[in-house]
Amino acid sequence: MISTIFFYLFSAILLSSACMVVAARNPVHSVLFLILCFLNAAALFVMAGAEFLAMVLVIVYVGAVAVLFLFVVMMLDVDFIALREGFQRYMPLGLIVGLILMAEVGLTVGGFEFAGVGHGDRATLMPPGSTDASALGNLIYTHYAYVFELSGLLLLIAMIGAIVLTLTERTPARRQDISRQHARSVPGTLTMVKAELGAGVTLPEPCEREIV
Amino acid sequence: MILPAGLNAYLVVAALLLVIGIFGIFLNRKNVIVIMMSIELILLAANLNFVAFSGALHDMAGQVFTMFVLAVAAAEAAVGLAIVVVYFRNRGSIEVEDVTLMKG
Repeated sequence: MISTIFFYLFSAILLSSACMVVAARNPVHSVLFLILCFLNAAALFVMAGAEFLAMVLVIVYVGAVAVLFLFVVMMLDVDFIALREGFQRYMPLGLIVGLILMAEVGLTVGGFEFAGVGHGDRATLMPPGSTDASALGNLIYTHYAYVFELSGLLLLIAMIGAIVLTLTERTPARRQDISRQHARSVPGTLTMVKAELGAGVTLPEPCEREIV
Repeated sequence: MILPAGLNAYLVVAALLLVIGIFGIFLNRKNVIVIMMSIELILLAANLNFVAFSGALHDMAGQVFTMFVLAVAAAEAAVGLAIVVVYFRNRGSIEVEDVTLMKG
């Protein structure tokens, strides 16, 4: 009973904050509502018995992805008011598409029935008496090992791609160049000047000054 | 069945979340960042469905798949935001309708 009340509470906050993500004027507020959305979805995950995924959602999504969004929104100096024009114009089309989609999904969800696959036919049943994290770990390192490796590879490729895209070469930066340091010679960098008494010195043309 | 309010309640919530996400793409046609947040909402709706069925059927495959969806969504967000940053650096704008560099 109490869990049902909490389910409806969490889903109400989830849906209303999702609406705010879409409709907020300021994109920073959108990101903050997205974080609230993820937190409530994590609560729903816990109620469905997926504790590990709920924690992953909190740590990875709230901790990394949403903060990444926040960084980008705050870093880009964009006129967000100008981006919002046409908001009213697109509203009816969006509502129509949303309602049609809602009707379709409602028909599908309202009419489905389980195909009647027996418990014995499934390879990935939750073992009774084990925790969610251990059951998940037992599966992803055995049955789904290759797919798991592949998803790690995907993340690596995405990381390399993001770095390559955003890396810019800064020309005024001074870097150590070992071979140039080794190629320096005394005649190229040092001039001996004989100073006469009381006459001062006239320095020869400075050779190319190297900063090494 | 360990779901508190039954499977159908989860499915309804996920369907509403999906519709809100798609509505957001239509509503914010110009702002790439909000469009990407809407995509995150859509993926979250899919994850909610997977987890709900996994709980209802006592089958771990749904949760495993949810984990892969999370990985793909994180990769997508990283690369997408990198593209947005590079595009803003080049053009000084992130309006979707301005993105015509590849038209020739």
